[in-house]
Amino acid sequence: MGIYSCLGKNLEEVRQSLYDGKSGIIFDPARKELGFRSGLTAYLEIPNLKGILSRNQRVYMPEQAHYAYVATAEALQNAGLGQDYLDTREVGLLYGNDSSADAVMKSIDTMREKKDTTMIGAGGIFQSMNSTVTMNLACIFKLKGINMTISGACASGSHAIGLGSLLIRMGLQDCIVCGGAQEVNPFSIGSFDGINAFSVREDAPEKASRPFDRDRDGLVPGGGAATVIIESYESAIQRGAPVLAEICGYGFSSNGDHISVPNVDGPSRSLQMAIREAGIDIREIGYINAHATSTPVGDSNEAKAIANVFGAYRPEVTSTKSQTGHEMWMAGASEIIYSMLMMKNDFIAPNINFENPDEASAGLNIPAKRVTKRFDTFLSNSFGFGGTNSTLVVKNI
Amino acid sequence: METQQLIKEVNEALATEFEIEVSSISAGANIKDTLDLDSLGLVDMVALIENKFGVKIQSADIPAIKIFEDLYNFLLGKLK
Repeated sequence: MGIYSCLGKNLEEVRQSLYDGKSGIIFDPARKELGFRSGLTAYLEIPNLKGILSRNQRVYMPEQAHYAYVATAEALQNAGLGQDYLDTREVGLLYGNDSSADAVMKSIDTMREKKDTTMIGAGGIFQSMNSTVTMNLACIFKLKGINMTISGACASGSHAIGLGSLLIRMGLQDCIVCGGAQEVNPFSIGSFDGINAFSVREDAPEKASRPFDRDRDGLVPGGGAATVIIESYESAIQRGAPVLAEICGYGFSSNGDHISVPNVDGPSRSLQMAIREAGIDIREIGYINAHATSTPVGDSNEAKAIANVFGAYRPEVTSTKSQTGHEMWMAGASEIIYSMLMMKNDFIAPNINFENPDEASAGLNIPAKRVTKRFDTFLSNSFGFGGTNSTLVVKNI
Repeated sequence: METQQLIKEVNEALATEFEIEVSSISAGANIKDTLDLDSLGLVDMVALIENKFGVKIQSADIPAIKIFEDLYNFLLGKLK
């Protein structure tokens, strides 16, 4: 695993932030100058890769590809995958990403100003495409297997891991680099701000993202990148890899309903499918990492879906978005890593800012304080615009 | 623009963009080899020259610009 997020620049920093219940949210005055309704955002620096990657590699990389490179380099190192292995095997790449707005905007601005497309430069097209992360990572790390970006809105990262696990189960790939990346610049989410989806609790940024809390007033946008290396058990054992966990269930569904308003039925079916595919009893699941973004309807409907599926059994449910904001295309991958860090270190990070439940969340077991607990299986939800749903069940090894 | 001043500015701009030492540029050196340009890098060089000096290098001009001296002469001709 590897990660670059508002909670830290590597796994250890992120583990500590989760443990401490730290918020990665700030108020950015520059967004107000751009006309944003909300100036709230997760904060992270763009890593400086000069001296690490050549100019001819960096020129094709937008912001989120920088995050993805750092996360992937960490993941490959932790998985013991050196360049010799990547050069001689067909290692795949499936990464979630669903925008590259900053690069698109800059290209169009240049075109309008200069009236000469050459002035956009060679990086423009490669930075602008949705598949920019996978095209860059595949070339930098010289990956030779499947090479594709998964665009499934805010479930992109989760679908990437789920689809990767299916390819491995089918025997079509032995090893795949999976993950999700999300740009954090204001231009990428101005239109999202425009539909009144963001919290405006600007006087208390760290309290703004409050999934499941009665007084939540919208999400806080975030981002970065998260990478997990998934591999067939046989391949991992053969090369002596440090095996961390098994992706034992992938469920998916589509709401077939409204473009932005989630329902209860679609997520319920995704959860049920993941649990069925995992072949486990729900009582084996010791922790649920919810999608809950801190929006009024979304959190409520997810709470109902979880309650429907889990009934009287009430394992801890938290949304790490209370600390990170909504990492969107990255979230499905980062939240697998957050949950893994908890599972490997016997704790459940607090659902910070959960002060009062609403009618739906009152039916769940949502800890506002860190819980010390050993668990060996967790479930992670990711839902997105257009009603796309993805659920992963992961078991400790 | 004075010839020496132009050469200095071209060299510095290219060295900065393509992250090489200015001292590695000489009038007789091959541009593509020195700057490590593939076809995409060449686009960036053309864009840089146009942006900095206001001179458009047309596609038809490119084959004749092989070494740095060719580039200096091309620009001097256009900037007269």
